[in-house]
Amino acid sequence: MNPHLVLRVVSKLLIPLIVVFGLYVHFHGDYSPGGGFQAGVIVAAAVILYALIFGIENAKQAVPTGFVRFMAAFGVLLYGGTGVATLILGGNFLDYDVLHPDQAHHTGQHIGILLVELGVLFTVFSVMMAIFYAFAGRAPDIPEGEW
Amino acid sequence: MIELLAERFNYIIVIILMMTGLYAVVATGNLVKRLVGLSLFQTSVFLLYITIGKVSGGQPPILPEYSESYGGSNAGETAMAAASPAAEAAEGAVSQGEALQNTAEAIYSNPLPHVLILTAIVVGVATLAVGLALVVRIRETYGTIEDEALNQADYAAENARRSA
Amino acid sequence: MTEFDWTQLLDYALMGMLLAVGIAIVRLRNLFAAVMLAGVYSLISAAWFVTLDAVDVAFTEAAVGAGISTVLMLAAMLLTAREAEPVKAIRHWAALIVVSVAGAALFYAVGDMPVYGDPNSPANAYVGMDYITSTPNDIAIPNVVTAVLASYRGFDTFGEVVVIFAAGLGVMLLLGLNPGKKTGGEE
Repeated sequence: MNPHLVLRVVSKLLIPLIVVFGLYVHFHGDYSPGGGFQAGVIVAAAVILYALIFGIENAKQAVPTGFVRFMAAFGVLLYGGTGVATLILGGNFLDYDVLHPDQAHHTGQHIGILLVELGVLFTVFSVMMAIFYAFAGRAPDIPEGEW
Repeated sequence: MIELLAERFNYIIVIILMMTGLYAVVATGNLVKRLVGLSLFQTSVFLLYITIGKVSGGQPPILPEYSESYGGSNAGETAMAAASPAAEAAEGAVSQGEALQNTAEAIYSNPLPHVLILTAIVVGVATLAVGLALVVRIRETYGTIEDEALNQADYAAENARRSA
Repeated sequence: MTEFDWTQLLDYALMGMLLAVGIAIVRLRNLFAAVMLAGVYSLISAAWFVTLDAVDVAFTEAAVGAGISTVLMLAAMLLTAREAEPVKAIRHWAALIVVSVAGAALFYAVGDMPVYGDPNSPANAYVGMDYITSTPNDIAIPNVVTAVLASYRGFDTFGEVVVIFAAGLGVMLLLGLNPGKKTGGEE
């Protein structure tokens, strides 16, 4: 019946794992290779895999285009807002030390890096999704014979 | 001469790869293939930067989890918190010294090119997408993505406009 | 080099594969094969990045080069053409002349470049190594690349994020994010 049965089953198993791995890469980026750029691309790759297997319309229900547009701008604002917050607290732009009084353990630096990397994650993920939607929305569906 | 080149084999390979990409950009008329050639060129530039940052015998620039200076170990910290500020400062100085010693033991590759290229890769795919979007629009308007056909279509349109 | 470094053999093998794939991409006219080989090229260069100690970069290159950019190029190929037109011989010769002149100029400069793996080269001696020694005291996180990316050079990274956002915006303006609605109407 379904010509892509293996693809569907395997991808259903893999997609949650890819998303979890992307989040691990993001939040463990201080201690091991990783960070917002890599995590954003990996999570976007998971959603793109979903869209390739189950169709672009289903993917748009899971990750709506409005959400993508909002998050792309929100990531940039979160990054810039962290910088503005440090300015308001009396430091230089993106000088995270002022974010937390605990100077001995550099907690402010850790908070700042986390916020900034979250901004990177949101923007990279959303821009990758927006680009994919823009191209895939125009592409004709691949006929069955071409697989 | 041979030794001079053998010690710099990375530049030679990078230059050959770069020229492969440049050849694809100059020689082909197909716009999608030109972008593929451009991304070959781009990747070889990344390789140039990263090979310059390599230090022989080095490790990836991820430091070991040296204890105190991360504020991770709790037992010693809480004990010190009760002590006088002077003692705490002394403790901090010691742990910082240890940390420096730890980093001096191992050789690390230069992290700066890694940072520059890491961001450049993601920016590269975003700009590649802009290029591909332009190609898609050109195809929709002209019906072709071969540059000679595009030129001919432009000349024809120009001649038609002049004669009208 | 006093003792032979066995990882260099791995480097040579990866370089040979990169060259083979690069030349194959130039010679192919089938765009599908060329795009797929471009993904392979990215994956091989990611493997080389690992042996060059750039684990973060290898990670990104593998995810971006072999994943996202291959998908994007395939989508663009579906919308445009499957096959590149054959190229006239004169154009091959012109390209060959351009490439050999540029390559010769670059080869001329190779002798002035620092030796591979030199810890005292200008690129490795100053600011890069300062980051490694000062990260434990300033930032206190183990991954120096993340420390430099997000804190020491946070301003640069902000610029990069804005560039990515602008590129996404450009694609949305060129192609439209919701083509089902009305954007493709003028065809």
